[in-house]
Amino acid sequence: MIYLDHNATTPVLAEVVRAMLPFLERDFGNPSSAHRLGSNARCAVEEAREQVARLIGGEAAGVIFTSGGTESNNLAIEGVARASGRPGHVVTTQIEHSSVLAPLARLEREGWEVTRLPVDEEGRVAPEAIAAAISPATRLVTIGWANNEIGTIQPIDRIGAICRARGVPLHVDAIQAAGKVKIDCAAADLLSLSAHKIGGPKGIGALWVRPGLRLEPLLLGGSQERGRRAGTENVAGAVGFGVACALASRRLQAVARLAELRERLWEALRDLPGVRRNSPLRGCLCNTLNVSFCGFSADALVAALDLRGIAVSSGSACAAGASEPSHVLRALGREEALARDAIRFSLGPETTAAEIDEVGAAVRSIVCARGERLAGGTHA
Amino acid sequence: MRERVVVAMSGGVDSSVAAALVVRAGYEAIGIAMRLWEPAGGELAGRSGCCSLDDFLDARRVAHLLGMPFYVMDFRDEFRQAVVAPFVEEYASGRTPNPCARCNRFVKFGALWHRARELGASAIATGHYARLVMEGGEPVLRRAADRGKDQSYFLFSVEGERLRNLLFPVGELTKAEVRETAAALGLPVAAKPESQEVCFAPGRAHGALVAQLAEPGRVRPGWLVDERGKRVGRHDGVHTVTIGQRRGLGLGGGRRQYVIAIDAETAVVRVGSRDALVAAGLEAREANWLVPRLPVPGTRLTVKVRSRHSGAPATVLDVRPEGFRIRADEGLLAVTPGQAAVLYDGDRVVGGGWIARALGPEEVGEG
Repeated sequence: MIYLDHNATTPVLAEVVRAMLPFLERDFGNPSSAHRLGSNARCAVEEAREQVARLIGGEAAGVIFTSGGTESNNLAIEGVARASGRPGHVVTTQIEHSSVLAPLARLEREGWEVTRLPVDEEGRVAPEAIAAAISPATRLVTIGWANNEIGTIQPIDRIGAICRARGVPLHVDAIQAAGKVKIDCAAADLLSLSAHKIGGPKGIGALWVRPGLRLEPLLLGGSQERGRRAGTENVAGAVGFGVACALASRRLQAVARLAELRERLWEALRDLPGVRRNSPLRGCLCNTLNVSFCGFSADALVAALDLRGIAVSSGSACAAGASEPSHVLRALGREEALARDAIRFSLGPETTAAEIDEVGAAVRSIVCARGERLAGGTHA
Repeated sequence: MRERVVVAMSGGVDSSVAAALVVRAGYEAIGIAMRLWEPAGGELAGRSGCCSLDDFLDARRVAHLLGMPFYVMDFRDEFRQAVVAPFVEEYASGRTPNPCARCNRFVKFGALWHRARELGASAIATGHYARLVMEGGEPVLRRAADRGKDQSYFLFSVEGERLRNLLFPVGELTKAEVRETAAALGLPVAAKPESQEVCFAPGRAHGALVAQLAEPGRVRPGWLVDERGKRVGRHDGVHTVTIGQRRGLGLGGGRRQYVIAIDAETAVVRVGSRDALVAAGLEAREANWLVPRLPVPGTRLTVKVRSRHSGAPATVLDVRPEGFRIRADEGLLAVTPGQAAVLYDGDRVVGGGWIARALGPEEVGEG
């Protein structure tokens, strides 16, 4: 199997599994327990907290472990909103992940105002537009560092400077960016991470919160995570996440070379009929290539590639797994057919040039075979 | 290399067993569930019914159990255009549509077939109750072994050449045998209840759906009149009634009254006695033939005028490639424009067409 779906999830690294196993097999204690088993677990969680903080250059005390990226985004938005009391205003973009857009839609129903800024045809939001959207009622700006579907990287430093100058907290969804670009939380006040996107296990993520920022918890009933997220800690998950973070910093170099492989793949595809690159040429995650094959259903291409042992994603999928027009591509101004017939290739550190060549050849043969059949007019 | 077959899987017991039989027959089976329609209430809502998440999960689990690759694919555009839009148009025009037959022709054995070809498949298998056998090198479509479950009526409009690329593995089994097979294989859908309604408008929901999707003002309430033209009641729109309907007209007790004619232009629905429902024959259009030679006038066949109709003896009056007229030997009850008239020679499907109108005795050379 050639796996080019790393933006969906990544294989768990062997070091991560090795680090986790003792906390499933032997050190199973509850970190809140007073005995040695509990203490062992507590120390492991705090060590992991430091590893996560180190990846983003923040304080360990600001790291809240969550069940994953979705909870992190929900906690950031709901937590800030609840802490602010009365309904206010939030600024975001049209291309955020649904774990950001859905909590915002609920706030809207509760009387909040939400500004969803448009993006340019590469998927980039203008920092000036953010500055213009901020009003005295603005309680939060929430922007994804890098888009999961197309890979566009936002100018987070400039956005951070604007928010700081205006005194508005900035939440950055760095779930896709982590492990692919250097993450520095200096520009942000809240920052979301997920373990399974960087070689860690599923079911654990983190929200980093700048010390002093008021955040109302979503989960109540325990003093864990400094009272900001009740519930017995996912000890093994946190340990695995910590190790994945430590490895991610070291692997950044190896990841950077993926840009070359990505362009190699694009070279193999660019002259196919109806092909359209959706990922930007510059300022894009090094591992992500989103392409529409106009008139060729993404469902069919994903299935045809899967049958050849190649795992990729359609640009956007429904709960059952069928492709859907992507709200991200629509925001880029792509027409509905292109927005639905998009394929996302997302490479990983283990991806090889030989694999890329095989994928390129497979896509070519699938798309061309269909073109020939249509040209020949034979349906039987 | 083994022949590749796409199995259209809905998550129901019939298509699940069809998949199992395709696997057993040695084909390389690929399961595809078709996302056709958005259930009311948001993304794949609902515990069951058309295109619900639960149905897709059931299909996925069955495919997994059988060791087949499985994909959910989006066919909502095709379904809307080829099935739902004509459904709305037919009801708004005072006819009673048959969406399943159109879905079979245009979506399952149209759009899905092209998708299957893209995946390198040479055939599509479904859970339809019908038999497809090769006779003298020609594919012949016959009624299912289980007469009570037979679905050949819904298959009359499939392109003749397409029959070569179809498999109906459960057509030789009874429903009870299908459930037994599912149970024996440990399929989680063995006891799943049947769905027999229009999948995108279950219950009596079609009225609301048509009202919602038709052009504004297209459907409107109107009068119920009796056979002499006297106004006897009101209806909510021609799309809410069908020929032969007796219940739900709000006409109270007394003599049994049936819908005998629908005029969409004036929104007038005529009711009358059961006798007025009997037609001497019918005219059908957009015929589709599944036999190499068209029947000649005078040929005696069996006609089915709705899915639950057991069939009636009939004589062919005339046949053109695009339509036909038949005389029913003993009359036909509630011939309903928009439904299909399917012709059988014994249990073989000869062809069929969409009912354009009922014919009176004088039009079939009687009386």
